[in-house]
Amino acid sequence: MAKATAKAKAQAANGVPAFYVTEDEHAHSGGSTMLGFWLYLMSDCLVFAVLFATHGVLGRNYAAGPSGADLFDLRLVAINTAMLLSSSITYGFAMLAMDKGRQAAVQGWLVVTGLFGLAFVAIELYEFAHLIHEGATPMRSAFLSSFFALVGTHGLHVSFGLVWMVVLMTQVARRGLIEANRRRLMCLSMFWHFLDVVWIGVFTFVYLMGVLK
Amino acid sequence: MSAGNQADHHDAHGADGVPHGSLRGYVVGFLLSVVLTAIPFWLVMNDVLGNATLTAIVIMIFAAVQIVVHMIYFLHMNSRSEGGWTMMALIFTIIIVAIALAGSLWVMYHLNTNMMPTDMHRM
Repeated sequence: MAKATAKAKAQAANGVPAFYVTEDEHAHSGGSTMLGFWLYLMSDCLVFAVLFATHGVLGRNYAAGPSGADLFDLRLVAINTAMLLSSSITYGFAMLAMDKGRQAAVQGWLVVTGLFGLAFVAIELYEFAHLIHEGATPMRSAFLSSFFALVGTHGLHVSFGLVWMVVLMTQVARRGLIEANRRRLMCLSMFWHFLDVVWIGVFTFVYLMGVLK
Repeated sequence: MSAGNQADHHDAHGADGVPHGSLRGYVVGFLLSVVLTAIPFWLVMNDVLGNATLTAIVIMIFAAVQIVVHMIYFLHMNSRSEGGWTMMALIFTIIIVAIALAGSLWVMYHLNTNMMPTDMHRM
């Protein structure tokens, strides 16, 4: 009863009835976005862990087909690794420019990062096309199925990261380095660096160890 | 909650948010990554150690170190950000990943050796 009276008083004071919580302590934008996005990355980590486990189990089942030593061109993989690693530091430079509020520098570094990312995806597509042309398709053996599933999933992540980057560059061009855009750039930063971490696992466990035995 | 109080609260969040790192941090992380990437590629491409098992163990150690380098210098992991919850989530994930990887490899290896009529690796 007392509660209802207080509510009525509050409505009278505001002039408009409030049907939702207007002053939620946690409603300020972006307060927990970073933690939430980190949790998403951790769940993505589990996706890749399962794909790595699949490749670990099936990676030697060649079905009398080609093995990693026959197929992989490590020079190409080294170039690809250099592309992704370079894009990581240029995104870092974009974040440093964002801290100083220099919008043009942010956009410039994002363009450089995007080009490195695009080069990575292009080289990977060339590699896939080359493998398929040689008959090493995902249908050829369990090794190739798990290879295409793992590396393809990583490549898809990078591709979607590129789409996200273009969207954010448009946002920054239209709205500037506002609070919401800074938060979005931080999220993409974590996503991008996370993909580089996954790539460390890919080139070590899939390519380098695939060539070894 | 007064307006002043709310402003303080917001500032606190801005201050203890995810740190963005420094130029020095990014450059150090990048140089370490280049070295930690180049050495495994060199070891495998030139067959420096002459022993596949030993090479595999060494490059796995390099990968583990490089992942830690990326976590610290690029993803700015520390035990303080978001009140320690990012670190807690990371530790939880590492445990789950370790169980999934080790469990899968262990179980499937034994299935392979116990169920296969011939050794698949020699086919």
